[in-house]
Amino acid sequence: MKILTLNFLCCARKTCKSSPASFPLHPKEASLEQIETDINALFIKNILPRLDWEAMKTLTIELGLPALPTEPPSPEALEDPDSGEPSQTLKDLHQLLMETSIESGALRCGNCDHEYAVKEGIANFLLPSHMV
Amino acid sequence: MSTKGPNAYEEQHVHSVYEEIAPHFSSTRYKPWPIIESYLKDLPPGSIGLDVGCGNGKYLAVNKEIFIVGSDRSSNLISIASQHHPNSAIVADILSLPHQPSNFDFAISIAVIHHLSTPARRIEAVTSILECLKPTGTALLYVWALEQESSRRGWSEGDDQDVMVPWVMRKKGEGERTFQRYYHLYRKGELEGDVVSAGGEVVESGYEKDNWWVIAKRGSPS
Repeated sequence: MKILTLNFLCCARKTCKSSPASFPLHPKEASLEQIETDINALFIKNILPRLDWEAMKTLTIELGLPALPTEPPSPEALEDPDSGEPSQTLKDLHQLLMETSIESGALRCGNCDHEYAVKEGIANFLLPSHMV
Repeated sequence: MSTKGPNAYEEQHVHSVYEEIAPHFSSTRYKPWPIIESYLKDLPPGSIGLDVGCGNGKYLAVNKEIFIVGSDRSSNLISIASQHHPNSAIVADILSLPHQPSNFDFAISIAVIHHLSTPARRIEAVTSILECLKPTGTALLYVWALEQESSRRGWSEGDDQDVMVPWVMRKKGEGERTFQRYYHLYRKGELEGDVVSAGGEVVESGYEKDNWWVIAKRGSPS
Protein backbone atom coordinates (compact mmCIF):
# COMPACT_ATOMS: atom_id res chain seq x y z
CA MET A 1 0.00 0.00 0.00
CA LYS A 2 1.34 3.32 -1.19
CA ILE A 3 2.36 6.11 1.16
CA LEU A 4 -0.01 8.37 -0.81
CA THR A 5 -2.94 6.22 0.35
CA LEU A 6 -2.12 6.92 4.01
CA ASN A 7 -3.17 10.53 3.35
CA PHE A 8 -6.71 9.32 2.82
CA LEU A 9 -7.11 6.82 5.65
CA CYS A 10 -8.07 7.20 9.29
CA CYS A 11 -9.47 4.88 11.96
CA ALA A 12 -12.60 2.99 10.83
CA ARG A 13 -14.35 3.37 14.20
CA LYS A 14 -17.08 6.02 14.23
CA THR A 15 -16.13 7.08 17.75
CA CYS A 16 -12.60 7.93 16.60
CA LYS A 17 -13.40 9.99 13.51
CA SER A 18 -14.08 13.23 15.38
CA SER A 19 -10.71 12.96 17.12
CA PRO A 20 -7.71 14.55 15.33
CA ALA A 21 -5.62 11.70 16.79
CA SER A 22 -7.28 9.19 14.41
CA PHE A 23 -5.30 10.65 11.47
CA PRO A 24 -2.77 9.82 10.24
CA LEU A 25 -2.59 6.17 11.23
CA HIS A 26 0.81 5.22 12.62
CA PRO A 27 2.78 2.50 10.81
CA LYS A 28 4.09 -0.20 13.11
CA GLU A 29 6.78 -2.76 12.29
CA ALA A 30 6.34 -1.77 8.67
CA SER A 31 8.33 -3.59 6.06
CA LEU A 32 8.70 -1.36 3.00
CA GLU A 33 9.12 -2.17 -0.65
CA GLN A 34 9.69 -0.09 -3.77
CA ILE A 35 7.25 -0.78 -6.60
CA GLU A 36 8.47 0.96 -9.72
CA THR A 37 5.78 2.89 -11.62
CA ASP A 38 5.86 5.34 -14.53
CA ILE A 39 6.13 8.93 -13.47
CA ASN A 40 3.11 11.13 -14.17
CA ALA A 41 4.31 14.69 -13.48
CA LEU A 42 0.88 16.27 -13.85
CA PHE A 43 -0.62 13.76 -11.41
CA ILE A 44 1.99 14.59 -8.74
CA LYS A 45 1.47 18.31 -9.34
CA ASN A 46 -2.30 17.97 -8.95
CA ILE A 47 -2.12 15.74 -5.90
CA LEU A 48 0.40 17.90 -4.01
CA PRO A 49 -2.14 20.48 -2.71
CA ARG A 50 -4.26 17.59 -1.39
CA LEU A 51 -1.53 16.16 0.82
CA ASP A 52 -1.63 16.82 4.53
CA TRP A 53 2.00 17.94 4.75
CA GLU A 54 2.16 17.70 8.54
CA ALA A 55 0.89 14.11 8.34
CA MET A 56 3.42 13.35 5.57
CA LYS A 57 6.26 14.65 7.75
CA THR A 58 5.12 12.50 10.67
CA LEU A 59 4.82 9.43 8.43
CA THR A 60 8.26 9.78 6.86
CA ILE A 61 9.84 10.09 10.32
CA GLU A 62 7.92 7.08 11.63
CA LEU A 63 8.90 5.02 8.60
CA GLY A 64 12.56 6.02 8.86
CA LEU A 65 12.51 7.70 5.43
CA PRO A 66 14.48 10.85 4.53
CA ALA A 67 12.99 13.88 6.31
CA LEU A 68 10.73 16.19 4.28
CA PRO A 69 11.21 19.95 4.16
CA THR A 70 9.20 22.06 6.64
CA GLU A 71 6.93 23.42 3.91
CA PRO A 72 5.56 21.61 0.83
CA PRO A 73 7.43 22.43 -2.39
CA SER A 74 5.98 25.20 -4.54
CA PRO A 75 4.51 24.27 -7.95
CA GLU A 76 7.50 26.00 -9.59
CA ALA A 77 9.92 23.68 -7.79
CA LEU A 78 8.40 20.69 -9.57
CA GLU A 79 9.88 21.36 -12.97
CA ASP A 80 13.26 22.32 -14.29
CA PRO A 81 13.02 26.05 -15.16
CA ASP A 82 15.02 25.62 -18.38
CA SER A 83 13.80 22.38 -19.88
CA GLY A 84 10.34 22.13 -18.26
CA GLU A 85 11.20 18.51 -17.43
CA PRO A 86 10.28 17.01 -14.02
CA SER A 87 12.67 18.32 -11.34
CA GLN A 88 14.47 16.13 -8.81
CA THR A 89 11.96 17.34 -6.21
CA LEU A 90 9.10 15.93 -8.30
CA LYS A 91 10.93 12.67 -8.89
CA ASP A 92 11.55 12.34 -5.15
CA LEU A 93 7.85 12.96 -4.43
CA HIS A 94 6.87 10.36 -7.02
CA GLN A 95 9.17 7.84 -5.40
CA LEU A 96 7.87 8.62 -1.90
CA LEU A 97 4.15 8.75 -2.71
CA MET A 98 3.69 6.29 -5.56
CA GLU A 99 6.53 3.78 -5.30
CA THR A 100 7.28 3.42 -1.60
CA SER A 101 4.80 0.90 -0.22
CA ILE A 102 4.09 -0.87 3.03
CA GLU A 103 4.34 -4.58 2.26
CA SER A 104 3.47 -5.79 5.74
CA GLY A 105 3.05 -4.52 9.28
CA ALA A 106 0.24 -2.67 10.99
CA LEU A 107 -1.42 0.74 11.14
CA ARG A 108 -2.27 1.99 14.61
CA CYS A 109 -4.95 4.54 15.51
CA GLY A 110 -3.52 7.26 17.76
CA ASN A 111 -6.90 7.67 19.46
CA CYS A 112 -8.01 4.13 20.37
CA ASP A 113 -4.74 2.22 19.77
CA HIS A 114 -6.48 -0.35 17.58
CA GLU A 115 -4.13 -1.88 15.02
CA TYR A 116 -5.07 -2.71 11.44
CA ALA A 117 -2.95 -5.39 9.80
CA VAL A 118 -1.21 -4.92 6.45
CA LYS A 119 -0.43 -8.16 4.61
CA GLU A 120 0.93 -8.57 1.10
CA GLY A 121 0.54 -4.83 0.62
CA ILE A 122 -3.14 -4.76 1.56
CA ALA A 123 -4.52 -3.11 4.70
CA ASN A 124 -7.53 -4.69 6.37
CA PHE A 125 -9.97 -2.36 8.15
CA LEU A 126 -12.65 -4.87 9.12
CA LEU A 127 -13.47 -4.42 12.79
CA PRO A 128 -14.33 -7.19 15.23
CA SER A 129 -18.08 -6.98 15.94
CA HIS A 130 -17.65 -5.62 19.49
CA MET A 131 -15.79 -2.58 18.11
CA VAL A 132 -18.29 -1.57 15.44
CA MET B 1 -33.07 -13.90 8.43
CA SER B 2 -34.25 -12.14 11.62
CA THR B 3 -33.11 -14.96 13.88
CA LYS B 4 -29.41 -14.31 13.18
CA GLY B 5 -29.24 -10.56 12.73
CA PRO B 6 -28.29 -8.74 9.53
CA ASN B 7 -24.52 -8.89 10.09
CA ALA B 8 -24.36 -12.67 10.24
CA TYR B 9 -26.93 -12.95 7.44
CA GLU B 10 -24.87 -10.77 5.08
CA GLU B 11 -21.70 -12.59 6.10
CA GLN B 12 -23.23 -15.89 4.99
CA HIS B 13 -25.26 -14.77 1.98
CA VAL B 14 -23.07 -11.99 0.55
CA HIS B 15 -19.51 -11.76 1.89
CA SER B 16 -18.54 -15.41 2.00
CA VAL B 17 -20.08 -15.98 -1.44
CA TYR B 18 -17.99 -13.23 -3.06
CA GLU B 19 -14.92 -14.55 -1.28
CA GLU B 20 -15.51 -17.99 -2.89
CA ILE B 21 -16.48 -16.85 -6.37
CA ALA B 22 -13.91 -14.00 -6.56
CA PRO B 23 -11.72 -15.15 -9.50
CA HIS B 24 -14.67 -16.39 -11.56
CA PHE B 25 -16.76 -13.31 -10.74
CA SER B 26 -13.85 -11.07 -11.66
CA SER B 27 -13.32 -12.77 -15.03
CA THR B 28 -16.88 -11.78 -15.98
CA ARG B 29 -16.54 -8.17 -14.85
CA TYR B 30 -14.21 -6.21 -17.08
CA LYS B 31 -16.24 -3.84 -19.22
CA PRO B 32 -17.01 -0.47 -17.56
CA TRP B 33 -20.63 0.67 -17.83
CA PRO B 34 -20.93 3.85 -19.98
CA ILE B 35 -22.54 6.24 -17.44
CA ILE B 36 -19.98 5.30 -14.78
CA GLU B 37 -17.11 5.60 -17.22
CA SER B 38 -18.14 9.08 -18.33
CA TYR B 39 -18.76 10.19 -14.70
CA LEU B 40 -15.16 9.22 -13.86
CA LYS B 41 -13.67 10.65 -17.06
CA ASP B 42 -15.40 14.02 -16.55
CA LEU B 43 -13.80 14.56 -13.10
CA PRO B 44 -11.13 17.29 -12.97
CA PRO B 45 -7.53 15.96 -12.95
CA GLY B 46 -6.25 15.55 -9.40
CA SER B 47 -9.68 14.67 -7.99
CA ILE B 48 -9.56 12.33 -5.00
CA GLY B 49 -12.31 9.81 -4.41
CA LEU B 50 -13.56 6.45 -3.26
CA ASP B 51 -14.90 3.31 -4.91
CA VAL B 52 -16.89 1.68 -2.12
CA GLY B 53 -17.42 -2.02 -2.83
CA CYS B 54 -14.98 -1.88 -5.73
CA GLY B 55 -14.94 -5.65 -6.35
CA ASN B 56 -12.18 -6.48 -8.82
CA GLY B 57 -11.46 -2.77 -9.30
CA LYS B 58 -12.56 -2.45 -12.91
CA TYR B 59 -13.27 1.28 -12.42
CA LEU B 60 -9.89 2.03 -10.83
CA ALA B 61 -8.14 2.25 -14.20
CA VAL B 62 -10.68 4.34 -16.15
CA ASN B 63 -9.07 7.75 -15.50
CA LYS B 64 -5.33 7.88 -14.76
CA GLU B 65 -5.43 11.56 -13.72
CA ILE B 66 -7.51 11.01 -10.59
CA PHE B 67 -6.78 9.08 -7.40
CA ILE B 68 -9.22 6.50 -6.05
CA VAL B 69 -9.06 4.45 -2.88
CA GLY B 70 -11.11 1.34 -3.62
CA SER B 71 -12.50 -0.78 -0.80
CA ASP B 72 -14.31 -4.09 -0.56
CA ARG B 73 -15.28 -6.63 2.12
CA SER B 74 -13.77 -9.46 0.07
CA SER B 75 -10.00 -9.77 0.45
CA ASN B 76 -9.88 -12.11 -2.55
CA LEU B 77 -11.45 -9.43 -4.77
CA ILE B 78 -9.17 -6.76 -3.27
CA SER B 79 -6.10 -8.85 -4.18
CA ILE B 80 -7.25 -8.61 -7.79
CA ALA B 81 -8.19 -4.91 -7.49
CA SER B 82 -4.80 -3.94 -6.04
CA GLN B 83 -3.16 -4.53 -9.41
CA HIS B 84 -4.61 -1.28 -10.82
CA HIS B 85 -2.14 1.62 -10.67
CA PRO B 86 -2.02 4.44 -9.68
CA ASN B 87 -4.88 3.61 -7.35
CA SER B 88 -5.12 1.79 -4.05
CA ALA B 89 -7.32 -0.98 -2.71
CA ILE B 90 -8.11 -1.82 0.91
CA VAL B 91 -10.36 -4.27 2.74
CA ALA B 92 -13.13 -2.37 4.54
CA ASP B 93 -16.83 -2.43 5.40
CA ILE B 94 -19.19 0.13 3.85
CA LEU B 95 -20.65 0.87 7.32
CA SER B 96 -17.20 1.46 8.89
CA LEU B 97 -15.15 3.23 6.24
CA PRO B 98 -11.62 4.27 7.28
CA HIS B 99 -11.75 7.69 5.64
CA GLN B 100 -11.73 11.22 7.01
CA PRO B 101 -15.17 12.90 6.86
CA SER B 102 -15.75 15.74 4.35
CA ASN B 103 -12.49 15.03 2.54
CA PHE B 104 -13.33 13.58 -0.89
CA ASP B 105 -14.30 15.06 -4.25
CA PHE B 106 -16.32 12.07 -5.38
CA ALA B 107 -17.36 8.51 -4.63
CA ILE B 108 -18.85 5.67 -6.59
CA SER B 109 -20.61 2.60 -5.19
CA ILE B 110 -21.69 0.25 -7.94
CA ALA B 111 -23.98 -2.70 -7.26
CA VAL B 112 -23.21 -2.72 -3.52
CA ILE B 113 -25.97 -1.12 -1.43
CA HIS B 114 -28.51 -3.71 -2.64
CA HIS B 115 -26.55 -6.37 -0.69
CA LEU B 116 -27.44 -4.85 2.69
CA SER B 117 -30.39 -6.71 4.14
CA THR B 118 -32.48 -4.12 6.02
CA PRO B 119 -33.84 -0.66 5.03
CA ALA B 120 -31.98 0.96 7.95
CA ARG B 121 -28.64 -0.56 6.89
CA ARG B 122 -29.10 0.53 3.26
CA ILE B 123 -29.77 4.12 4.38
CA GLU B 124 -26.78 3.93 6.76
CA ALA B 125 -24.62 2.81 3.82
CA VAL B 126 -25.65 5.89 1.82
CA THR B 127 -24.97 8.11 4.86
CA SER B 128 -21.57 6.52 5.29
CA ILE B 129 -20.60 7.36 1.69
CA LEU B 130 -22.05 10.90 1.71
CA GLU B 131 -20.22 11.73 4.96
CA CYS B 132 -16.88 11.23 3.20
CA LEU B 133 -17.71 13.88 0.58
CA LYS B 134 -16.74 17.52 0.64
CA PRO B 135 -19.79 19.83 0.48
CA THR B 136 -19.06 20.20 -3.26
CA GLY B 137 -18.53 16.47 -3.84
CA THR B 138 -20.87 14.00 -5.53
CA ALA B 139 -21.47 10.26 -5.31
CA LEU B 140 -22.67 7.96 -8.09
CA LEU B 141 -24.68 5.01 -6.72
CA TYR B 142 -25.98 2.01 -8.69
CA VAL B 143 -28.37 -0.68 -7.48
CA TRP B 144 -30.26 -3.51 -9.14
CA ALA B 145 -33.79 -2.68 -10.22
CA LEU B 146 -36.91 -4.68 -9.48
CA GLU B 147 -38.21 -3.55 -12.86
CA GLN B 148 -36.23 -5.68 -15.32
CA GLU B 149 -38.89 -7.42 -17.41
CA SER B 150 -36.55 -7.68 -20.37
CA SER B 151 -33.71 -9.37 -18.45
CA ARG B 152 -33.44 -13.14 -18.33
CA ARG B 153 -34.54 -12.99 -14.70
CA GLY B 154 -37.75 -11.22 -15.66
CA TRP B 155 -38.61 -9.60 -12.32
CA SER B 156 -41.21 -6.86 -12.43
CA GLU B 157 -43.28 -4.50 -10.31
CA GLY B 158 -45.09 -6.30 -7.52
CA ASP B 159 -42.55 -9.14 -7.19
CA ASP B 160 -40.77 -9.85 -3.92
CA GLN B 161 -37.94 -7.33 -3.52
CA ASP B 162 -35.73 -9.46 -1.25
CA VAL B 163 -34.38 -12.36 -3.28
CA MET B 164 -31.60 -14.91 -3.52
CA VAL B 165 -29.79 -14.84 -6.86
CA PRO B 166 -27.82 -17.90 -7.94
CA TRP B 167 -24.21 -17.70 -9.14
CA VAL B 168 -23.28 -20.84 -11.04
CA MET B 169 -19.61 -21.73 -11.20
CA ARG B 170 -18.35 -24.50 -13.46
CA LYS B 171 -14.92 -25.94 -12.84
CA LYS B 172 -13.27 -28.43 -15.13
CA GLY B 173 -13.47 -31.87 -13.56
CA GLU B 174 -15.52 -30.65 -10.60
CA GLY B 175 -18.85 -30.04 -12.27
CA GLU B 176 -21.13 -27.24 -11.19
CA ARG B 177 -21.48 -25.38 -7.93
CA THR B 178 -24.26 -22.90 -7.26
CA PHE B 179 -23.94 -20.07 -4.76
CA GLN B 180 -26.89 -17.97 -3.59
CA ARG B 181 -26.37 -14.24 -3.09
CA TYR B 182 -28.84 -12.00 -1.24
CA TYR B 183 -30.14 -8.93 -3.10
CA HIS B 184 -32.66 -6.24 -2.30
CA LEU B 185 -34.19 -5.24 -5.65
CA TYR B 186 -34.94 -1.52 -5.75
CA ARG B 187 -38.28 -0.29 -7.07
CA LYS B 188 -38.60 2.99 -8.95
CA GLY B 189 -37.95 5.98 -6.68
CA GLU B 190 -36.64 3.91 -3.76
CA LEU B 191 -32.96 4.79 -4.20
CA GLU B 192 -33.79 8.52 -4.34
CA GLY B 193 -35.79 7.98 -1.13
CA ASP B 194 -32.77 6.38 0.57
CA VAL B 195 -30.58 9.35 -0.42
CA VAL B 196 -33.06 11.80 1.11
CA SER B 197 -33.43 9.65 4.26
CA ALA B 198 -29.63 9.69 4.51
CA GLY B 199 -29.71 13.50 4.59
CA GLY B 200 -28.51 13.86 1.01
CA GLU B 201 -29.79 15.54 -2.14
CA VAL B 202 -30.39 13.91 -5.51
CA VAL B 203 -28.56 15.76 -8.28
CA GLU B 204 -29.53 13.43 -11.12
CA SER B 205 -31.02 9.96 -11.41
CA GLY B 206 -31.99 7.39 -13.99
CA TYR B 207 -32.32 3.80 -15.14
CA GLU B 208 -29.72 1.92 -17.15
CA LYS B 209 -29.84 -1.75 -18.10
CA ASP B 210 -31.72 -3.27 -15.15
CA ASN B 211 -30.24 -0.78 -12.65
CA TRP B 212 -31.39 2.40 -10.93
CA TRP B 213 -28.71 5.05 -10.43
CA VAL B 214 -28.39 8.42 -8.71
CA ILE B 215 -25.79 11.14 -8.47
CA ALA B 216 -26.15 12.48 -4.93
CA LYS B 217 -24.53 15.14 -2.79
CA ARG B 218 -24.66 16.05 0.88
CA GLY B 219 -27.73 17.99 1.92
CA SER B 220 -27.34 21.63 2.90
CA PRO B 221 -27.26 21.98 6.69
CA SER B 222 -30.64 23.25 7.85
